[in-house]
Amino acid sequence: MRADQQTLCSPTMKPDSIHLNIQHEYSQFHLAVDIDLPSQGVSAIYGPSGSGKTTLLRCIAGLTQAKHGQIYFQGQCWQSDNQFIPAYKRPIGYVFQEASLFPHLSAQANLNYAIKRAGQPQASKQVEHAKQLNHIIDLLGIGNCLERNPAQLSGGERQRVAIARALLIQPQLLLMDEPLSSLDRQRKKDILPYLQQLKTELDIPIIYVSHSADEIARLADYLVVMSQGKITSHGPLQQVLTQLSPPVNLGDDTGVVLDAEICEIDAKWHLAKAQFEGGLFWLRDHGHSVGEKVRLRILARDVSIALEENHQSSILNILPGTIVQIANDQSPASSLIKIAVGQQSLIAKLTQRSVAQLGLEEGKKVWAQIKSVALIE
Amino acid sequence: MLTAQDIQAIILTLKLATVVTLVLLLIGTPLAWWLARTRSRIKSVISAMVALPLVLPPTVIGFYLLIWLGPQGWIGQLTQSVGLGTLPFTFSGLVIASVCYSLPFVVQPIQNSIEAMGERPLEVAATLRASPLDCFFSVVVPMAKPGFITAAILGFAHTVGEFGVVLMIGGNIPGVTQVISVQIFEQVEMMDYGRAHTLSAVMMGFSFVTLLCLYSLNPHARMRYAR
Repeated sequence: MRADQQTLCSPTMKPDSIHLNIQHEYSQFHLAVDIDLPSQGVSAIYGPSGSGKTTLLRCIAGLTQAKHGQIYFQGQCWQSDNQFIPAYKRPIGYVFQEASLFPHLSAQANLNYAIKRAGQPQASKQVEHAKQLNHIIDLLGIGNCLERNPAQLSGGERQRVAIARALLIQPQLLLMDEPLSSLDRQRKKDILPYLQQLKTELDIPIIYVSHSADEIARLADYLVVMSQGKITSHGPLQQVLTQLSPPVNLGDDTGVVLDAEICEIDAKWHLAKAQFEGGLFWLRDHGHSVGEKVRLRILARDVSIALEENHQSSILNILPGTIVQIANDQSPASSLIKIAVGQQSLIAKLTQRSVAQLGLEEGKKVWAQIKSVALIE
Repeated sequence: MLTAQDIQAIILTLKLATVVTLVLLLIGTPLAWWLARTRSRIKSVISAMVALPLVLPPTVIGFYLLIWLGPQGWIGQLTQSVGLGTLPFTFSGLVIASVCYSLPFVVQPIQNSIEAMGERPLEVAATLRASPLDCFFSVVVPMAKPGFITAAILGFAHTVGEFGVVLMIGGNIPGVTQVISVQIFEQVEMMDYGRAHTLSAVMMGFSFVTLLCLYSLNPHARMRYAR
């Protein structure tokens, strides 16, 4: 059965979403997931090892057949009680944790393997097709290593070829299973910008499995947090990150992510001013231009609270806000404070002693002092 | 020097080994594929059956085949009812017997190389829209190529070298079932050591060259099976 002939979903389902209702079990482990993911942008699935992230992704791909469940992608049925579309008939691209290039083929031949099976472009589209191929090769910076065999490529190059291969099959949904976890820190730093670029240039939904808060802060639009085979919370990234009860346990990575726009450059002090929905931030200028969209990451441990606006301080960014929630942190010594700043929220991590000394409580007006703003590039 | 009868025996042996190798690759490949990937409980039963010729004396295999293929045997009844007559003492009978006898030498190298490949390349192929058949020819065959080469060479060489099964099922009919090994046996029985020497030397040379090819084409191959 071809993908476009598949039965349509029931009318209660959002027709353009990715509907997942999956129950699967194997040796002591039980995966039970029921969720509708948005069909645009990057949905990140986050959780510790063994929480079932990869199994969930494999079920979506059809590499593992879930024992029970329904999977509908934009109205196409991929699995239901009486139907199972095998992986090779699903319009997906899949990037595995290890590059998994075919060892008997050169990098170029690995790409050709996908191109050949992506379906014949019509003659009129062939030029466009070739353009797209070159674009993907440029985007991932692999133009100079295509002649080599996988064994002669570095880990980072291999993974970028694997990503290119998954894109060249022209998927309607891209699935990525911790694509950076087998790489060292430097390689990760090298590849992340390519992924951010992909995210902005592709107009297909991406489901990205990761246990790295950093990757998620950079890439995700929608966040699904999993633990022991179940979803503990999900929603738009900002909303989930600022949720304190139940807390999303990110430990030292607890913090928020804000999308902002550069509105002013201070050439004298090498600073850039960024505007977000709750106010303004000063950042180090990394060669930005006015109007550029940036994503800022503010960790809870970098935010402190003052009861008055204090100009006698080295801190550049001081924003007025209102405490909306105080919650316990994992550590008994500290608390997490959610502060509403305009339309947005910040989270501060303070010791419980400070909370008591300052008499902080919900509804109190305070000044949030932000030590550093990590600009995610 | 080689007599006309010797040359006839050599040509027959090569023809037999070629046909048997082709048949073995055709039936051994799906069998090896299944054995490498199944989680079925009968896998061990099938594996043991495939490996039986490694431990049984060839005469035992030949004996049972002679009975089953013969006029009273169940295969013999079947072949007679479809008008093929009985198979013992014919070239076809020899092919069937040799296929049974050399099966493990073809199945096991292919099975090992498919197992060594793991699931991942097959999963990658599936996510790149390769149907199972496409995946088999575009991924499994090229990746398991050393296994296929080893299997073909071993299957061929083992068929050339067999004696007991041939004697039981094929007898010693010149041009039909008289292969080199049987010919040598007959010459020795007739005390014609000179002619036996010639053919034996040819066999020795052939076997050495075959194994040399095997090890130089595929340095990791192991002769895992003692005869």
